[in-house]
Amino acid sequence: MKLKANASKLRELTQSREFSLLLVMVLLCGLIQWRSGGVFFSGSVISQLTQNYAYIAVLAFGMLLVLLIGGIDISIGATMAISGMSTCLLMRDGVITNPLLAYLFSIFIGAVCGLVIGLVISKGKVIPIIATLGMQYIFRGLTYFVSGTLWVSADKMLPGYKNFAQSSFLGVNNLFWIVIVLFVAMIVFLKWTGFGRQIYAVGSNADAAKISGISIDRVKIIVYTINGAIAGLAGAMYTSLYASAQGNMATGAEMDVIAACVIGGVSLNGGQGSAFGVLLGAITIAIISKSLSLVGIDAFWQRALKGAVILLAVLVNVLVQRNAARKALEGREI
Amino acid sequence: MATKSGRTISHIKERSIKQLLIRWEFLLVLIFLGVNIMNANLSPYYLNIDSLFTNINGFMVKGIIALPMAYILLLGDIDLSVGGNVCLSATVLGIVYNATGSIWLGILACLATGTLCGALNGLVMTKFTELAPMIVTLATNIIFRGLSERILGDGSTGGMQKVDWFGKIFYGRVGGIVPYPFIIFAVLALVFGLVMHKTVFGRQMFAIGENKRAAAYAGIKVEKIRFLVFALTGFICGFAAIIYCANLGSVKSNVADGFELEAISMCVLGGISTAGGKGTMVGAVIAIFIIGLLRYGLNLINLSGQTIRIVLGILLILVVLFPTIREAIQNRKKAVK
Repeated sequence: MKLKANASKLRELTQSREFSLLLVMVLLCGLIQWRSGGVFFSGSVISQLTQNYAYIAVLAFGMLLVLLIGGIDISIGATMAISGMSTCLLMRDGVITNPLLAYLFSIFIGAVCGLVIGLVISKGKVIPIIATLGMQYIFRGLTYFVSGTLWVSADKMLPGYKNFAQSSFLGVNNLFWIVIVLFVAMIVFLKWTGFGRQIYAVGSNADAAKISGISIDRVKIIVYTINGAIAGLAGAMYTSLYASAQGNMATGAEMDVIAACVIGGVSLNGGQGSAFGVLLGAITIAIISKSLSLVGIDAFWQRALKGAVILLAVLVNVLVQRNAARKALEGREI
Repeated sequence: MATKSGRTISHIKERSIKQLLIRWEFLLVLIFLGVNIMNANLSPYYLNIDSLFTNINGFMVKGIIALPMAYILLLGDIDLSVGGNVCLSATVLGIVYNATGSIWLGILACLATGTLCGALNGLVMTKFTELAPMIVTLATNIIFRGLSERILGDGSTGGMQKVDWFGKIFYGRVGGIVPYPFIIFAVLALVFGLVMHKTVFGRQMFAIGENKRAAAYAGIKVEKIRFLVFALTGFICGFAAIIYCANLGSVKSNVADGFELEAISMCVLGGISTAGGKGTMVGAVIAIFIIGLLRYGLNLINLSGQTIRIVLGILLILVVLFPTIREAIQNRKKAVK
């Protein structure tokens, strides 16, 4: 009995979306390692990868929540910009004198942005893509407005703020520690808290969730606020990593992040997706962005290839799902 | 209005003054007038016919793209790849012209590229109906722009304006007053509007946007129409790319960036619901002019291009909030009664 249970569990594992993605990733890494003449799995490349793309993974966790409730947020790049910029401005003017305070302030600004989006979507009954499209304009415009279209350069920032992104703890870069902590928090949050289950419930069937007593508006507002806070965190990570704050920073980050989520198996219709899948998706995006030059592919191919990989990933996902549905149907007929 | 069976037909609306006043298009006309009054007050030269047409010419390419986008939104779909499509089509125009020396071959290749890109979107979307249009066109947008980046690298392509008449597509004027792009836009808008509101095809698009499954059961070839509309959008993108090339003279891989969001904003402001099945072409056309002229007016008061986005964003949000606010007010009135 026990053996059988284990076997079915193993089958469930090998048939899961995350498993196939992991397989593809291992193959991809192997290919890159081979073609790059063994440079890929070197300490410096891995540390650059984890350091430079940590913010994508962080944003992807927030986007996961939004996609799970069937929403979308294309304003996170702008939210990053406004929170990162206002933090750096206050640092320049000597108002914020503590790196930790800077991070908290950036998270706070992001959360406020997210709260506004959540209110517009839930109370104003506006479709998420349009609401966040409008908010994207507003936040990006505000970024230029508060900064007077000026930059905040590295010498105006607190040394602790800049060093945070460059230093590491137990051999792992601080920024990637944020990813790890957030990853664990997401798993616990989505799997073992009532609110986490409510998020899945709203995304799978909003009407059923409503009848069972879940306040959909409340779930939406909180999810968008969390997503905003995470974008604020990413804004601080981004500005401390590159030690500069510019009005056009992180333009189009939302596209990379949505791509990471979709590659990771998150459904845009809501209710489907896991933190593990999203992490793998973000790592895949990072590998594609980083490794092309290592393999000797022209850097100008990068963007087109990234788009092709995203398209391929969603197409394969559909084919796998169709196959699974057909098998399930056949199983029932017998 | 009651039929024989006693049921009311809801789609036959009573045409009263009050009905007209709460129509979205009426509000748009008011906003349009407001923007024009503001602009005229800001600059004494605003109402000069020559400069007015110069300003209008500046946003005609975006306006032309917004027309098929209205169809796409009407179907309940979305196309985020139009910016990438215009960029790639313009790139192909430049490359083919420089390789063959024939501007006609370039234009042909440009139109073919645009149509092919649109058809690719349509093909993926109709063969994989489970996929959200957003994610497909998000990916193809990156692919189209990526291909242009691959072709051009850091450089650019151009020289089309050596052909004398080519630049005139954008800069030429009928009778020295009305610019060609404006006329092209007006003709296209008329055709698009007539097809949308006066033909079977148009009714079918409304039906699909309202309820895809019901439309399919009613015998409408849903996927065929979706494919056609996406291919048409691609063709118009190629067409817009020609005018854009005539304007710019040289093409880099970052041209037409963000056109997709601008075109969608124009349609949404025009009252075309992104949920599908609602909207009028008249509204979309007025909205195209509102956004274009507002941008110009805000430029006049020396607001930087970046800050203008705040105003556009607030306008967009207010517009989509409007139905909810109106409903809330009506509910309150009922409660008071």
